[in-house]
Amino acid sequence: MTTISEKLKEKGTLVSDGAWGTFIHQKGLRSDECPESWNLTRPDDIYDVALSYVNAGADMILTNSFGGSPFKLEPYGLKEKTYKVNKAAAEISKRAAGEDVLVLGSVGPTGKILMMGEITKQELFDGFAEQIRGLVEGGADAILIETMSDLDEARTAIRAAKSLTDKEVLCTFTFNLTPAGEYRTMMGTTPAETVEMLVQEGADVLGANCGNGTAGMIEIVKQIREINSQIPVLVHANAGMPVLREGLSVFPETPDQMSAQIGELIDAGADIVGGCCGTTPEHISRIIQAVRKN
Amino acid sequence: MQKNELLAHLSVCVEKGKADKATPTPPEMKDQEGAQEITAQLIEMDVAPEEILNGALIPGMKRIGDLYGEGKAFVPHLLLAARAMNAALLLLKPYFDSGAMERKGTFIIGTVQGDLHDIGKNLVKAIVEGSGWEVIDLGTDVSAQGFIKAIEDHPNAHVGLSALITTTMVHMEQIVQSIREKYPDKKILIGGAPVTQEYCDKIGADFFSLRPQEAAEYLNSLVSSTHQA
Repeated sequence: MTTISEKLKEKGTLVSDGAWGTFIHQKGLRSDECPESWNLTRPDDIYDVALSYVNAGADMILTNSFGGSPFKLEPYGLKEKTYKVNKAAAEISKRAAGEDVLVLGSVGPTGKILMMGEITKQELFDGFAEQIRGLVEGGADAILIETMSDLDEARTAIRAAKSLTDKEVLCTFTFNLTPAGEYRTMMGTTPAETVEMLVQEGADVLGANCGNGTAGMIEIVKQIREINSQIPVLVHANAGMPVLREGLSVFPETPDQMSAQIGELIDAGADIVGGCCGTTPEHISRIIQAVRKN
Repeated sequence: MQKNELLAHLSVCVEKGKADKATPTPPEMKDQEGAQEITAQLIEMDVAPEEILNGALIPGMKRIGDLYGEGKAFVPHLLLAARAMNAALLLLKPYFDSGAMERKGTFIIGTVQGDLHDIGKNLVKAIVEGSGWEVIDLGTDVSAQGFIKAIEDHPNAHVGLSALITTTMVHMEQIVQSIREKYPDKKILIGGAPVTQEYCDKIGADFFSLRPQEAAEYLNSLVSSTHQA
């Protein structure tokens, strides 16, 4: 299997996948159920989600393990199954990906705040390591640490990944536009500060996901590129910002609207583009067309 | 230090999140006394607990809350400030318990059923508490029954619902309905990343904001309008 870096050299721009959560809910996941538990109990449904993005033409797909850290699994009584849940997540995506599509083992934030003393760095490291070990042994081609907001937590996750594997490690943060007009994570970190830390820790790819539609992401990528013009940048934008439709909060951007902005996102410096909340295989397939045109 | 200096210093300790002498942050206040020690000193000096609350804790929390609202302070700053405030409040607890002093009212808060995210809820809790309210925190994954039970225990309280996920936000509607059936006039506040004013109107909640400070201002307005009436 090739690496992301090799694929980037070969193709210039790569396309990743879109949202998983919405899909799994459509398949009947209850809001009080742990999405990752389906890796063990409903693997065929998870496989369907993975396969839908492979069929859409994505170069890489994620795994159903965003909330797969022991800290997130604990309230569902699944802490002891951390390794198993994550290994299954990678195996399912790998089975759908076949030979040509890369699998990124997804690692999301723990929800615990280090600086408040809710958890120690060692506990965090051990928890991430257990999750990542499952993903790597399940066959993930790379590890994607995503939706981060705290530099120390992300750093700990990267170190845990690097202690276990030589595979590529990607890391993305979630930025919001503050009332002061700046992009910051909820912990106050700027895009520039994340780049500095991520380069220092040897992340292979960095970037941003969630929190913004494509328009916001273009601005964030520009800020990242002011600091570093070389490192590959991944962007998973939401399908716009949530609006209410028929009583439900939805992400409104259509595949057409989203793909129309992809050229600008790539021009700003993004190398890998995909989607976060509200995006579908249709969005991804239209993004692929836009990338080919660009 | 004189009383007024101490009160001013206490309010800075709250704003900067300096809970006690051992608190390592902020670096410029390292090894200095924090909210706990200064509050103890003020009590020792027979300063009225109301004066400590209104003259130091509330202004300190308001300043950090305003900075948060302006995008100049962030989640950790607010949570650290709340911790410092709580270190002081703990020493004032006997006065609240004995009825020697009263808060503005009681606010029940929880993250709705199916949702385990608590950072947003904790921010609102911090700001509302720091605005002079007693806050009953029901935690996360709270059902309609959980909220109703808390209202039974605190009949005059107002209620806040939090959600982060679009799929759990829908539970707000059912919880609001259940509360309304038993307590039609109960003031219900909602908030969270996917929540909008439109959704608030649709489900018949009373107030929506994405900014914790505005929730506190709304609650404070309920108190002043009651007093006027």
